[in-house]
Amino acid sequence: MSTAVSSQSSGALTQGGTRATSLPGFDAAAPLLTVEDLNVRFPTEDGLVHAVRGVDYTLRSGEVLGIVGESGSGKSVTSLAVMGLLPGSARVSGSIRYRGQELLGQSDRAMSRVRGKGVSMIFQDPMTSLDPVYRVGFQIEETLRSHDRSLSSKAAQGRAGELLEMVGIPNARERVRSYPHEFSGGMRQRVVIAIAMANQPDVNIADEPTTALDVTVQAQILEVLQTALTETGAAMVLITHDLGVVAGIADRVLVMYAGRPVEIGGVEDIYYEPRMPYTLGLLGSLPRLDSSTKQRLTPIKGSPPSVVNMPPGCPFAPRCPLHQPECDVTEPDRVVVGHEHTAACIRTDEVARAHGEAARVFDETATDDVLGSEAPVDLAEETGVPDSGAPGVPPGDQTHTPAVPQDGDRR
Amino acid sequence: MTATREPILSVRGLEKHFPIKGGGLIKRTVGAVRAVDGLDLDLYPGEVLGLVGESGCGKSTTGRAILNLQPATGGSVVFQGREIVGLGRKEMRPLRRDIQIVFQDPYASLNPRLPVFDIVAEPLIIHGLTTDEAELRERVRGLVETVGLNPEHTNRYPAEFSGGQRQRIGIARALALEPKVLVLDEPVSALDVSIQAGVINLLEDLKNRLGLSYLFIAHDLSVVRHISDRVAVMYLGKIIEVADRDDLFERPTHPYTQALLSAIPLPDPRLERSRKRIIITGDVPSPANPPSGCRFRTRCQKFARELSEGQREKCMTLEPPLESRTTPSHLSACHYAEATRVL
Repeated sequence: MSTAVSSQSSGALTQGGTRATSLPGFDAAAPLLTVEDLNVRFPTEDGLVHAVRGVDYTLRSGEVLGIVGESGSGKSVTSLAVMGLLPGSARVSGSIRYRGQELLGQSDRAMSRVRGKGVSMIFQDPMTSLDPVYRVGFQIEETLRSHDRSLSSKAAQGRAGELLEMVGIPNARERVRSYPHEFSGGMRQRVVIAIAMANQPDVNIADEPTTALDVTVQAQILEVLQTALTETGAAMVLITHDLGVVAGIADRVLVMYAGRPVEIGGVEDIYYEPRMPYTLGLLGSLPRLDSSTKQRLTPIKGSPPSVVNMPPGCPFAPRCPLHQPECDVTEPDRVVVGHEHTAACIRTDEVARAHGEAARVFDETATDDVLGSEAPVDLAEETGVPDSGAPGVPPGDQTHTPAVPQDGDRR
Repeated sequence: MTATREPILSVRGLEKHFPIKGGGLIKRTVGAVRAVDGLDLDLYPGEVLGLVGESGCGKSTTGRAILNLQPATGGSVVFQGREIVGLGRKEMRPLRRDIQIVFQDPYASLNPRLPVFDIVAEPLIIHGLTTDEAELRERVRGLVETVGLNPEHTNRYPAEFSGGQRQRIGIARALALEPKVLVLDEPVSALDVSIQAGVINLLEDLKNRLGLSYLFIAHDLSVVRHISDRVAVMYLGKIIEVADRDDLFERPTHPYTQALLSAIPLPDPRLERSRKRIIITGDVPSPANPPSGCRFRTRCQKFARELSEGQREKCMTLEPPLESRTTPSHLSACHYAEATRVL
């Protein structure tokens, strides 16, 4: 039960890798998944909860897109909308296209053909995403056979064993006969990953795949996920609130706040040159494991807004140290601030001057008090930090084109 | 830093075993979950001691056993020279003025039917510290202000506050009796990062201003590094390494500490991608049936890859005591302790 190294699993999937690339119409350059102006509203007694407010993103093949945000920012609802798993009461508008096919408004039957095969999902809690009354082998076989009716039960059983081996479960061939309760949390999440990868999906959406696990087990699972991605060539949308996990495996990062993407960019741009005050504040509020300085953290004052009946203006304005009257008038669209880097703020050039050092913008503004008067923010200090390359575009060069879908492939 | 002074809280051989009852008609005890199984620690005045470990290692149980909320089944807890283990509810009460706890979940630890004023005033009333209405009002007001909340809002109910604000209410309640020691049981892990930073800063300020000592229980090592003076690492009911903060993070000597530190992802893409990671296998064994000898040997990377057959024999038969093996203030429970840099 206690020896599982994911590296031993490499062999199991190689035959699967070829299947993924032999799909008809395979084109490495085409965007796998395009989400445009996605809006999700839930009617409640308190009014319409506008949980997702205009999410746009494009996922290209082989790419890992990290979606980060705090609880209630709409990251999970976005992915449930893509999978067509929202409750019937949800009002969804916009467009979700998988390889050009519109998924929104499809029947459940049609979606079933896409789910698992085209787009699959890994859920947060392995304790609840497996059915306790069926053997894990059966649950994997079920996924396989629902997309390939001609698969013999013997072949499905064999494949289930292979998949469990791929995710590093010891004695995989025997363990297919176990029930979920016979596995530990980390082992169960491996089973969930095996199910998600069973049909060689093009896209995998992982919603907080390691949040329920301990760090040493998280490290194992992240390694399994990465192996599974390289072996299958799948692209992944990784939803998490852990900025460390995203830093390790994402190629691009989308930062959500109050149901909207407020900044999208390459992983290094987001971490080293954030342009939206929220991103900057989020990074600044993290204590660092690798730093011995007893520097005070720079929290963001206040708390995230409720998404019921939101007032006009930028949703981050009440917490923002760079807040000015214009911020309360209209909600800013994302503007291009660099190569494939957009941010929803009218003062991105001032944020750029902080070069990722939150303390320069968020000094002492942070308490739980009612908002004080506008503290004059002194950003004039251009200290000797080398301008390590706010990529390409000088601060003045902001074009107010609303969130253009980025072209070109980073990878 | 405070090694020469007398500890304010001294724990020796603390045990908390939960009986496992058999399934038959007559419930017999067939075994025990050894949640805390012989734990030693010292907390010095004015110090923050971080207690870290993965879920199920017994860190919360330790906190509760120290406070006698769940009576220990063995060992000793000496607080300000007085033995706590074995004291009854009544005898504990005067001691509770000096040692208080802040719980993890601010949604579960505040009574939803009481306004904030009553929640914060309750300890003062129970301990009979004030009978004067005006004085009570003044003290609650002061406490609420201390934790950075608006005193006008004390007539509101917990439901009207956000998670971070509720945790501040929990802290105000714990501070009401002017304790000397606070046991903080995962005080920020239920909070979002942008909120968490504010509560951590508050805890640091309070400690400096009021001269408190903290036993800071957490699983998030980044938070622990930030706030602690010394750090103790727990595994399966025991402390396996304890050292000054930077010493522990820069020069961990126990293979488990090394693996734990190496497993935590850093929010820095270049660094994170260039790190070498120690990945240990498997899961934490059941505390009902811990391995013989060293408890970590079943997952230990050193045991599996570096040690000779003869050296392994020692790991399997002899439980390594927590003692100084590299530098005097750095205690480690590994026969083959060796400082290694992993960050």
